Amino acid sequence: MVYFESRNEIDAQVIDLIDQKGRATVAGSNVPAIELIGVNKSFGPVHANKDIDLVVGKGSIHGIIGENGAGKSTLMSILYGFYHADSGTIKIDGKATTIPDSKSAISQGIGMVHQHFMLVDPFTVLENVVLGAEGGALLKDGVANARRELKRLADEYDMTIDPDAVVGELPVGLQQRVEILKALYRGADILILDEPTGVLTPSEADHLFRILRVLRDQGKTVLLITHKLREIMDVTDTVSVMRRGEMVASRKTAQTSMEELAELMVGRSVLLEVSKPDVEVGKPLLKVEGLNVKDERGVRRVKDVSFEVRAGEVLGIAGVSGNGQSELMAALAGITRAESGSMELAGQKLDLSEVHDAAQMRDRGMSHVPEDRHRMGLVNKFSEAENSILGYHRESKYSKGMFLDKDAIRKEAKERIEKYDIRPPLTEMTAAKFSGGNQQKIVLAREIECNPDVLLIGQPTRGVDIGAIEYIHNRIMDMRAQGKAVLLVSVELDEIRSLSDRIIVMFDGNVVGERGPEATEQDLGLLMAGVNQEAAELV
Amino acid sequence: MSKGQLPRWVDYGLLPALNLIAAFIVSGLVVVVIGEDPFEAVKWLVWGALGYGEGVGYTLYYATNFIFTGLAVAVAFHAGLFNIGGEGQAYVGGLGIAIACLALDRFVPWWVTLPFAIAGGALFGAAWAFIPAYLQAKRGSHIVITTIMFNFIASALMVYLLSNVLIPQGTMSPSTRNFEAGGQLPLLRNVFTTLDFGQSPVNLAFFIALVVCVVVWLLIWHTKLGYEIRSFGANPDAAAYAGISPVRITVVTMLISGALAGLMGMNVVMGEQTRLLLDFAGGAGFVGIAVALMGRGHPVGIILASLLFGLLYQGGAELAFEIPTISRDMIVVIQALVILFAGALEHMFRPAVVAFFDRFSSETAEA
Amino acid sequence: MKTKTILGAVALAAVMTTGAMAETFKPAVVYDFGGRNDRSFNEAAYKGALQFKGRTGINFRDFEIQNPSQREQALRNFARRGLDPVITIGFAQAAALEKVAKEFPDTHFAIVDAVVDLPNVRSIVFKEGEGSFLVGMLAAMATDTDTIGFVGGMDIPLIRKFACGYKQGAKYVNSDTEIIVNMTGTTGAAWTDPLKGGELARSQFARGADVVFHAAGLTGTGVLQAAADEGKLGIGVDSNQNQLHPGSVLTSMVKGVDVAVDRTLTDAKEGNWTSGVEVLGLAENGVSWAFDEHNKALITEEMNAAVEQAKMDIISGKIEVHDYMVDSNCPI
Repeated sequence: MVYFESRNEIDAQVIDLIDQKGRATVAGSNVPAIELIGVNKSFGPVHANKDIDLVVGKGSIHGIIGENGAGKSTLMSILYGFYHADSGTIKIDGKATTIPDSKSAISQGIGMVHQHFMLVDPFTVLENVVLGAEGGALLKDGVANARRELKRLADEYDMTIDPDAVVGELPVGLQQRVEILKALYRGADILILDEPTGVLTPSEADHLFRILRVLRDQGKTVLLITHKLREIMDVTDTVSVMRRGEMVASRKTAQTSMEELAELMVGRSVLLEVSKPDVEVGKPLLKVEGLNVKDERGVRRVKDVSFEVRAGEVLGIAGVSGNGQSELMAALAGITRAESGSMELAGQKLDLSEVHDAAQMRDRGMSHVPEDRHRMGLVNKFSEAENSILGYHRESKYSKGMFLDKDAIRKEAKERIEKYDIRPPLTEMTAAKFSGGNQQKIVLAREIECNPDVLLIGQPTRGVDIGAIEYIHNRIMDMRAQGKAVLLVSVELDEIRSLSDRIIVMFDGNVVGERGPEATEQDLGLLMAGVNQEAAELV
Repeated sequence: MSKGQLPRWVDYGLLPALNLIAAFIVSGLVVVVIGEDPFEAVKWLVWGALGYGEGVGYTLYYATNFIFTGLAVAVAFHAGLFNIGGEGQAYVGGLGIAIACLALDRFVPWWVTLPFAIAGGALFGAAWAFIPAYLQAKRGSHIVITTIMFNFIASALMVYLLSNVLIPQGTMSPSTRNFEAGGQLPLLRNVFTTLDFGQSPVNLAFFIALVVCVVVWLLIWHTKLGYEIRSFGANPDAAAYAGISPVRITVVTMLISGALAGLMGMNVVMGEQTRLLLDFAGGAGFVGIAVALMGRGHPVGIILASLLFGLLYQGGAELAFEIPTISRDMIVVIQALVILFAGALEHMFRPAVVAFFDRFSSETAEA
Repeated sequence: MKTKTILGAVALAAVMTTGAMAETFKPAVVYDFGGRNDRSFNEAAYKGALQFKGRTGINFRDFEIQNPSQREQALRNFARRGLDPVITIGFAQAAALEKVAKEFPDTHFAIVDAVVDLPNVRSIVFKEGEGSFLVGMLAAMATDTDTIGFVGGMDIPLIRKFACGYKQGAKYVNSDTEIIVNMTGTTGAAWTDPLKGGELARSQFARGADVVFHAAGLTGTGVLQAAADEGKLGIGVDSNQNQLHPGSVLTSMVKGVDVAVDRTLTDAKEGNWTSGVEVLGLAENGVSWAFDEHNKALITEEMNAAVEQAKMDIISGKIEVHDYMVDSNCPI
């Protein structure tokens, strides 16, 4: 009883709120296909979705744009039943509902095409489409029906495909088509596509957009998740922008521009001011020349990158994540082998296609705060004290012969906990139990206190609360003041702008431009979104 | 205490106990099905293993085997490696021990032979683990597959050596000659004459096993190498970030693992049989996997789990002896049920227990 | 009242007597790996004990070992509980028996397939070479391709003893006979793997063999099956396996483990126990070749005559069958 009453109250309040804000637009019919009201989702200390309101009209293509980590995927996972919202209301076709799992999402007409396809490679197209919706114990009947239905769908939406082709042998574009057909076969009226063009060639992407338009014209609702501005402008009717877990704006695509979206995506300064005193810039401490890096699949992710960082200087690398920054950092830190290129560190030249040894880089005075502390910077199972020596555990001050000097380690860990205000101040607590900000401080303390000449630092404030952000920024400025060279990679444009002395922008593995810290957000935002380059390509 | 975390006593005490009880209940049902009294069976099982001096001696003797192989599996497991080859490494390690004993037993007392035997067992066991380790580290051949294959190769090698090279002229049994006193570990019944170990073969290797437990504990939790092994096992990316070479850690860890398995022969070859014989490992290498899982990779847990399996082995033999309708295959079924519940179904009760403690802790928090 | 008491006393006495009888003769059998149902060697011992039980009504206890340490343990457990005699099956038990027999000098022990030289132990060994010689002759006479096969369980001395006699017999008939030898495996599973036995037999057929002798326990049933399936001939071992595939089993090299066990039990019961080594060959009928209605059609008069002649010659010493165990070597 209580439950129903309170829900009605919430509905009334929130609908009021939306009316006042008036930023939700409805295309097509009056009843929206999807309506999200005040949706919240946290993962531990990370607030991935903050009070999300979203209205998507029936029979429209709605884009959701935002940086990686802005919360788009989390939001879509809530819609598809992978996650449960901590609070908030979901309405499908005007009716409040819950989506406990993906089965329920499918039954409510929601289909999803994942970024990484959920297909069984050795199965045929038909088998994949039927998988999970066989309909009855006997496969044969289901398959015959499916064959008819598949043909009908393919004709109706102009998606011809050989039902007996083996999926693993199809090109990626067609595999994606199978995913879409799979969703439609299950009766999807709402289709969510998560970064669908990430794996497609430009012509495949164009073909996909044609299909999406057909789907829309047939009355389906399409939600397109992407961080590419061009796609939004090309294909969507309406667009919403997410940033740092918040839905910051909704627009009719026709009434907005790439520039406006870029600015909204990157965001205005919400950060505290960092005092950046004048520091005398010295000789280069890190020089990188002609660096090329391939990933595990053999795709070149860093293309002929060269730069230098001088003593007392912070060089910021801006860019939407996934444009080669991670691979660049990993190669410099000695974690992965470069294809070619060299690095001059502390006056000594190293061929990065030969040397890849993180321990050696540390010995030469380079330390590294990795962009993903869970995956790389910390061993979550280890205690704070054990994590405080990761990578430095060979040093004599931590050991007695072959044994670790646990007292010395603990003593130093305690000092650092005090100095960096790590909370709770427990050296024996496992790293996993600290909040994001405190985890980052553990890493930062370790990498700064070893007194390096060069500091590589990636995404220093990702998933970190506001208080810790300021502290971390100040520590970086201290390094600069001490005449160290800092290479900063961040997707937060504000962070880059307020900390860096010079900014280079990476797009698709290339350095596409260099700017000073006075560069406008719009200018950088466009470089980051690859607009210049893409515009050139389009011609 | 955060959500999903359990207090240590639950994780290390209550959960294993629940798993064990479940295993025994199901075993009891099996006993009922074949028409015997399960309580009678439990009585014989426990009495056979703990009820008299000789039974205790045998329980400790079997436990010694499992401590060695359990430690071997556990060390590899800390580096995220699944060493299924304990059986073969123990088998070949026995060869190293036998060579040391055969070479020295006629000339020196046992305590002079001892260090050579230990070195021989460790060296041969490690050597047998080296090739799978190298293939995993350099070629990415999965270590589970290669170590299993090496178990077969080990038995082929040993049959050949025992039938052709090591067998004394004119004897039928593929085994070496008996070691003289200089190649025999003292039996505890001869060392501690006041204690009653009956005629059981529990020998000095039991104490070697305990010492090795301490060594492994120091290695894993107190040395730089142990730190690197655990880092690599817990988070290979972080290990790469820390400049820890995956090739080196894989190979070194497997060498240690193989050496530990190789020491199992100290108990059987130099302690009990005082000769090297066909199939002496008798599956202890595989039991070691269950022991390591049940003992959560910690030497104390491994000792406890080894004692449990020693109890099952000795009590099981006694049970099959006293109640002939419970055949040795039934004993294998009971042992398998324990492994199933303690190893494979280790997480069966966990969600329920976690939910229980979560509710419990949130209630106390609200209060 | 009185009658009742007397009756009661008689009944009590009867009970006590039977009790005492049972008390005095409690035999036990310890099998090796493989266990009492291995369709082969251990099972033959089990059958022998069953025959004894069927004839005398005296029950026996037995134990199947699981790991090497249990050999000693089982022997000791039986001896300690007063079971006597204790018969151990298999050469692998020798070391354990040597220890335990010394601990219990008043208990009678017997071991099959190995020699333990102690005053309270009867060691029973067979001249497998002699029996194998005869079936080797039959194989060489029956083959059309001058190629015959041998599938052993594991490459250990006991099996080489079989193989060596087989080869000698075949070469005795026809020195051009080619003999293909394969071993099944290197672990205990080698004796219990009919599938692999069948595969090995088939591969030998493919290489031209048309008669295959097995000495591989349960694995051998696969060998005989393959021979029957492919229209070739198999030769059984240990017990008479002719009836398994009548018409496809040329003969069997019968090793009288059951007879030996039965006789040992009988000797012990009747007070005729003797310790020492019993070597059972053709002369003692401990090994023989099986000739019955199932393979009558396969054995010609000529073959029968040749084999029987050879048997006499071996017994008389005219033919000397080299025993592999003498020098761990086979002359062929």
